[in-house]
Amino acid sequence: MANLRDHMGRPIVAVTGIGVVTSLGVGKADNWTALTSGKSGIHPIIRFPVDHLNTRISGMVDFLPSSSKGASPLTYELAETAAQEAVSEAGLDSGDFGGPLFLASPPVELDWADRFSLYNSDKKDAGAERLLRVARALKELDIFETTQFGSIADRLADRFGTRGLPITLSTACASGATAIQLGVEAIRRGECDKALSIGADGSATAEALIRFSLLSALSTHNDIPEKASKPFSKDRDGFVLAEGSGALVLESLEAALARGATILGIMRGCGERADDFHRTRSKPDASPAIATVRAALADAGLSEDEIDYVNAHGTSTPENDKMEHLSLSTVFGERVGSMPISSNKSMIGHTLSAAGAVEAAFSLMTMRESVIPPTINYDNPDPAIVLDVVPNKKRNAEVGTVLSNSFGFGGQNTCLVMAREPV
Amino acid sequence: MSSPHDVVITGIGLVSSLGEGPDAHWQKLTRPGLEPVLDAVRFAPYTIHPLPEIDWNLQIAKRGDQRQMETWQRLGTYAAGLALDDAGIKGNDELCTTMDMVVAAGGGERDEAVDAAILAASESRNDRDVLLNEKLTTELRPTLFLAQLSNLLAGNISIVHKVTGSSRTFMGEEGAGVSAVETAAARIRSGQSTHVLVGGAFQTEHSDMLLGYELAGYLHRGPWRPVWQRQGAEGGGVVTGSGGAFLVLEQREHAKSRGRKIYAELGPVVSGRARRRRGELNAEIATLLKQAALPNGELLTISGASGAHAATAAEKDVLDANPALAVRAFSTLTGHMKEAQFPFAVALAALAVDRKAGYPAFDATVERQFESVPTTVLATAIGYHQFEGLGLIKAA
Repeated sequence: MANLRDHMGRPIVAVTGIGVVTSLGVGKADNWTALTSGKSGIHPIIRFPVDHLNTRISGMVDFLPSSSKGASPLTYELAETAAQEAVSEAGLDSGDFGGPLFLASPPVELDWADRFSLYNSDKKDAGAERLLRVARALKELDIFETTQFGSIADRLADRFGTRGLPITLSTACASGATAIQLGVEAIRRGECDKALSIGADGSATAEALIRFSLLSALSTHNDIPEKASKPFSKDRDGFVLAEGSGALVLESLEAALARGATILGIMRGCGERADDFHRTRSKPDASPAIATVRAALADAGLSEDEIDYVNAHGTSTPENDKMEHLSLSTVFGERVGSMPISSNKSMIGHTLSAAGAVEAAFSLMTMRESVIPPTINYDNPDPAIVLDVVPNKKRNAEVGTVLSNSFGFGGQNTCLVMAREPV
Repeated sequence: MSSPHDVVITGIGLVSSLGEGPDAHWQKLTRPGLEPVLDAVRFAPYTIHPLPEIDWNLQIAKRGDQRQMETWQRLGTYAAGLALDDAGIKGNDELCTTMDMVVAAGGGERDEAVDAAILAASESRNDRDVLLNEKLTTELRPTLFLAQLSNLLAGNISIVHKVTGSSRTFMGEEGAGVSAVETAAARIRSGQSTHVLVGGAFQTEHSDMLLGYELAGYLHRGPWRPVWQRQGAEGGGVVTGSGGAFLVLEQREHAKSRGRKIYAELGPVVSGRARRRRGELNAEIATLLKQAALPNGELLTISGASGAHAATAAEKDVLDANPALAVRAFSTLTGHMKEAQFPFAVALAALAVDRKAGYPAFDATVERQFESVPTTVLATAIGYHQFEGLGLIKAA
């Protein structure tokens, strides 16, 4: 009989359902096949014209019905699709989930297509005045709801019958991990015995791309798109903007076992720490990232040498990969050169608000399948970053514990520690 | 009975058209017949409650930091600084690095001039997607993205005030403010946090911030009226205001051990999501009131009612059904501050408890007298469109 409480006396949190969508496809099966065969989902942008753009590639999800309908509809569909997969796998009623919802999703704005159509619907006055006048005459709420930060979660709450006021959150690139952390914490506090945590991001609009471009954050290796994301390589030049979603059904181990659910993995620990150094750069000594990893280990009750594999944040930006290496080598010491550390983003790009959840899903599958997905495009290693990045080809390995890193713009860092088995 | 893990309020940072800080707000709001500060011209036909004059240097020392933020982020960072100062935490490294933070945020300000130019050009061009690329790649200020990004209010609070224990940003209008306070309190009660900075800000003086309401026709038009008197008037009933509210929530034991003044105890905070299209709002508010377990006797109620016709009518119906409640809708005097609405309500409730006095009616034609000493105060935030929450604030 497994322990039902962790080293701090809190309920152990199990994962009983996993769902995922990325540019590699819909669902765990397709994603896992592609990911472990080293396939890239990065492709030329087809959603909008690329005239004047320095970056013309992305990991957009172009194959869903909402893919061309704007950021809010696509984010909703991504979230719904992943959540449906997770809830079904958990064997729970997908219309009456009965636990809280935590959604990591991008900030919303009025879509340009809507801005244009509202503006050009008449010719009186100009600028904001015209938009406001036209807006107040609208008879439908569709456009309005795309501008409300709580609306995607509200629809998901209706769709899945989650309980209470759903929480929509953003911690930038750490958002997906934060959504999971919030679910874990709610169960540990005894507020619920299950939670639905989703990270979803369908916001790869032209404006989003341009904004990241203006910050010099994106790769401009347009010629061979599938080669553009090259974490830990010497010639890495930025991340690849991408879309996707990951969803986990979290349950107290006790509740999951009581209803005979299959345990897919254990959420052992979560750690977080904010950086106060700069809006886009991390503190040069990596102390916030180091503290985040250590906090996650402490929360999990594991020591450094009890982590088998690291699912890296590994964005492929010069800054992140350098700082991530510094933080991991500080925490893991000499062991860092021999422990497998790979980046899913080499294949799926950076799914932003979804990344932490997508990568948690892949981390859990890594343990279940005993296969570590590779870091592809590792042809030109950065000599300053000596890591076993599981280069280019998957590796069969028993993995009992995973550390998954998420480090965000704005200094928001979150790490998750997952385990294959209960203690 | 107090317990060591009780949640108490030890810091309040407020900004609204009425001024800044708890004292200024208390003095103004306890003045019977106070007139609101209004600007009916700049965004006509909409009236707004504008920001007061603020010397940003007082809370954001570096000009460089100020330049990296648009007004919304600056306002939130400023209000957060006021709360930290008030709690004696600002500048205390040990307390700041162990402090958790939950910020309720919407979005920041887009570049109105760039947007207007693109819209104007769109009238004569059919290749609008190309137009967009052309203008945005050349005319957007590169760092504007960060200056408007939702989670960067929290990011800036970390940078400017060094709050680095943890940082979370909740989104979703009034509901985000409710969840932020609720989650922060739950962390403290469970022993996960000892002290948490929680709050939000809203900067309404930007056309997109008005558009966010007006796409559903929520804004009140025509002559200004108090919150409770907008039913049937032109428009949708909401008059917005710029402002911010941050609270320092602290474990009672932690606050006592460092000898801090305690404004009030934060009692139960409850939240919900009525399916309003099915007419569930009245019943949901009534359920929340039950869950909060109101004390017997007269109860001062700080209502965050927005003025939005349907939501405000529902809230009024349910509150009116309980004759013990003496309601004060502060948006009459401050305007609706969206994500900051609930933290603001909690702050005003805490002040009343601390000063052992209620507020005079903000709208004497509707709100009844309250002459008792409030030992418990109810704070509400019923979303103008979705999500509801309320909490009880008690004498420390």
